[in-house]
Amino acid sequence: MSRPNESSIPPRPQEPSPWTLAGQKMSSRLIFGTGGAPSLDVLEAALRASGAELATVAMRRVSADGGEGSLLGTVRASGAAVLPNTAGCHTAADALLVARLAREALETDWVKLEVVADDTTLLPDPVELVEAARLMVADGFTVLPYTNDDPVLARHLEQAGCAAVMPLGAPIGSGLGIRNPHNIAMIAGLVSVPVILDAGIGTASDAALAMELGCDAVLVASAITRAADPARMAAAIRSAVEAGWLARGAGRIPRRWHAVASTALEGQVAPA
Amino acid sequence: MTITLNGEPREVPDGTTVAQAVAEVTSQATGLAAAVNGEVVPKTAWSRPLADTDRVEVVTAVQGG
Repeated sequence: MSRPNESSIPPRPQEPSPWTLAGQKMSSRLIFGTGGAPSLDVLEAALRASGAELATVAMRRVSADGGEGSLLGTVRASGAAVLPNTAGCHTAADALLVARLAREALETDWVKLEVVADDTTLLPDPVELVEAARLMVADGFTVLPYTNDDPVLARHLEQAGCAAVMPLGAPIGSGLGIRNPHNIAMIAGLVSVPVILDAGIGTASDAALAMELGCDAVLVASAITRAADPARMAAAIRSAVEAGWLARGAGRIPRRWHAVASTALEGQVAPA
Repeated sequence: MTITLNGEPREVPDGTTVAQAVAEVTSQATGLAAAVNGEVVPKTAWSRPLADTDRVEVVTAVQGG
């Protein structure tokens, strides 16, 4: 089966679904993670196709060739604002320093807080995470923490003053989808700050599910940047996020154990 | 004097400033931040001279989720 070519994909109607993140009106419910793109050209095409208004970047030592210099230009040219993360940090103190460096370099006090326990699981360290969130909120940051799919931890982060919570669907880069949809739905019901599904998305249907479970937005990196065709996957996930959001608002039918006929029995032809 | 610049030891003349250390590792003019001994030094204070054994970090934005 061949895929439709670019020109055969009809333009999608833009569904109005504004939401508010840290007092800022957002139209797109898809946040773009720039990690993993094979080139800036590919990144730019995918970013534009995603319609994202927010794109994450990491902070690293400058390299001798200065090759990353145009990353910020690429992101901003797509119309997205830059959201620095603290990827790679293992302690609250590390994360605070990286956030402060990002604030200085990028002139934003928004930060996607990541404090991971180890480099094998890349799972958030809940103890350091909450400590880092408190330190950063006290230091004036707008904190968007990457967290476990733990409703109690999400509530602690909200109480610490975070502007959103970003529970994982599955480990970073795993593409395993949402392993505990019940917990994601519970988080969405328990906290009053926006819930952004972060990590684990493998394909469009995972993003739709996140929205159906009650998330306000979805952050996607690898599923787009490492897809065979990143721009096409960005367009697919953008549509899926909107579809999931629409479905959530539309009110799904209850699940039932047995069939419920959709066709009326009245007027059925009598057997001979 | 010897400073540690992005993890590498480096001989620099006495009186070398943060700005000069930054210029050693990048020609980039924007999107940069520097820390000395774990404290961010705002760009407005980059004329500050470094001391022997200072650890200088110069960072920028790279692709990351």
